[in-house]
Amino acid sequence: MFPEHFTFHVAEQVNNFVDWLLNSYAPVFDAISTGILTMLLRINEILLMVPWWLYMIIVFVVLFTTTKKLIASLTLAILPLLIGAFELWALAMESLAVVLTAVIISLLIGIPMGILMAEINSFAVVIRPILDGMQTMPSFVYLIPAMMLFGLGKVPAVLATLIYSLPPVIRLTNMGLRHVPKNIEEAALAYGATKWQLLKEVRIPLAMPSILTGVNQTTMMALAMVVVASMIGARGLGQEVLLSINRIDIGRGFEAGLSVVVMAIVIDRVTQSIAKKWEPPQVRIIGKLLFKSFFL
Amino acid sequence: MSEIKSINAISPVVEVKNLWKVFPKRQRSKGKKTLNIDVHDEVTISQMEKDGKVVVAVRDVSFEIYPGEIFIVMGLSGSGKSTLIRCLMRLIEVTAGTIKINDLDITSLSKKELVKHRRYQAAMVFQHYGLLPHKTVLDNVAFGLKLRGEPKEERYRKANAAIERVGLKGWENYYPAALSGGMQQRVGIARALVMDAPVLLMDEPFSGLDPLISRQLQDELLRLQEEMKKSIMFVTHDLSEALRLGDRMAIMRRGSIVQIGTPDEIVSNPADDYVAAFVADERRTLEKTKLSLGNKLASTPASS
Repeated sequence: MFPEHFTFHVAEQVNNFVDWLLNSYAPVFDAISTGILTMLLRINEILLMVPWWLYMIIVFVVLFTTTKKLIASLTLAILPLLIGAFELWALAMESLAVVLTAVIISLLIGIPMGILMAEINSFAVVIRPILDGMQTMPSFVYLIPAMMLFGLGKVPAVLATLIYSLPPVIRLTNMGLRHVPKNIEEAALAYGATKWQLLKEVRIPLAMPSILTGVNQTTMMALAMVVVASMIGARGLGQEVLLSINRIDIGRGFEAGLSVVVMAIVIDRVTQSIAKKWEPPQVRIIGKLLFKSFFL
Repeated sequence: MSEIKSINAISPVVEVKNLWKVFPKRQRSKGKKTLNIDVHDEVTISQMEKDGKVVVAVRDVSFEIYPGEIFIVMGLSGSGKSTLIRCLMRLIEVTAGTIKINDLDITSLSKKELVKHRRYQAAMVFQHYGLLPHKTVLDNVAFGLKLRGEPKEERYRKANAAIERVGLKGWENYYPAALSGGMQQRVGIARALVMDAPVLLMDEPFSGLDPLISRQLQDELLRLQEEMKKSIMFVTHDLSEALRLGDRMAIMRRGSIVQIGTPDEIVSNPADDYVAAFVADERRTLEKTKLSLGNKLASTPASS
């Protein structure tokens, strides 16, 4: 097939490199590991502390105040009941904790990166192909570096999820900032805005819908990844899916899968409705306005 | 000669001398935004222009604006008038020449001084309003004051007064999207007035509005000018607007000023064919009114 004398392997070198990295920077990895773990456990604790019915109330209130659609909000608030009915509530909260941890860290890294990308062109030139690469790569691939550095367990799962879900928020922050109308920026500059004021008063508020779409996308990506990350030891709903695949237990897989879908839909709608609230106001009370503007 | 002039006349608020703005045309080299060209080397410039390497947007322009006057810059689109007005705010860096506002050379200001200049010395009104869609009318008007760092109470008090002045009382808490074009430009004007800067720069502020509204706003500007006596630079492509508003006007063509004078001087005594073509309609109506006036005068005694 392939000429034998052509083949070579880097596996050993990679292994050696990882060993060296782990040996010489052990404290760093330990610190990262404990940091992520404490955060994750704390979030998980809080999530489990909140009674199940409070989630439904929160979902309903958020959706109803932003969208004003009663039936849709009610349906979405009741949907999570299904997860509890399948006895998967605790597992779902575990998954949610991983997702939340990964998303929070993603935003802490991603939003400043997106701002830097929009501000510094050369930085954007370097980052863009990396983001392209990150998004075209199959999600399984991210398990490898996370596992290499942190072994098996929850921390590498958070890390893999984090890497996978990072690109959208960076991209959309950058895009939102770059698409701020030039005439508005010019006007702000003409009134003596410094670079920082321009960013804070004009560009970030105007880019907010795009940034929040990024947050939504990142959350959805994280949720998708958390199922895959069960392969390296993230427990939760993903593990349930994985187990039923291994045991060819279709019914059990269906229940777990459906729970993931329910979580995805509810989280998606909630983050989207929050994003909508940030869009710049459009014409409201049209009739009254037309009447008034007629006399001006 | 200039010494005698400065003793006799009031000193100008804005003084632009030999201003050039040359844009490089094909921006292959992205990092290099400024162009090093000796503008006094006419041969090279005209050669580069012919080769399509550069576009001369403002060509050796000099003029003064005196306190309390409305100075019109008129020209067709592409004549460099918008570039010129942006140079006064240094929203566009100039290639050569000096701009003095209240005896301060704008072209040599540092970044910090430039911010101060923009905050205190001049305020600008834009053709496309440039309002912030996420802020209410009140916050839009108070925006410049916020940038200055004025306390909240103070800036809202001033903003409310300015809003009342432009006739938008009652609209403070609406967002710009809810307002018509004319009203949005009123907000733009209020935002400029509230800064209380000695110089007001207006870049085709009424061009995007329908004729009736634009006429209304012209009247309003004249009324406001009665009270405030600012030094206004007003860019327009509309001759009738220029004639209505202008104390003095400059006509621009392909980057240079072809003629400066009072509206009367320009209409009755155009410097060249270009200006003559510009004001031809106006001359015709003028002659017509003269003619009909003459007829009337001639016919009045006969009828009585």
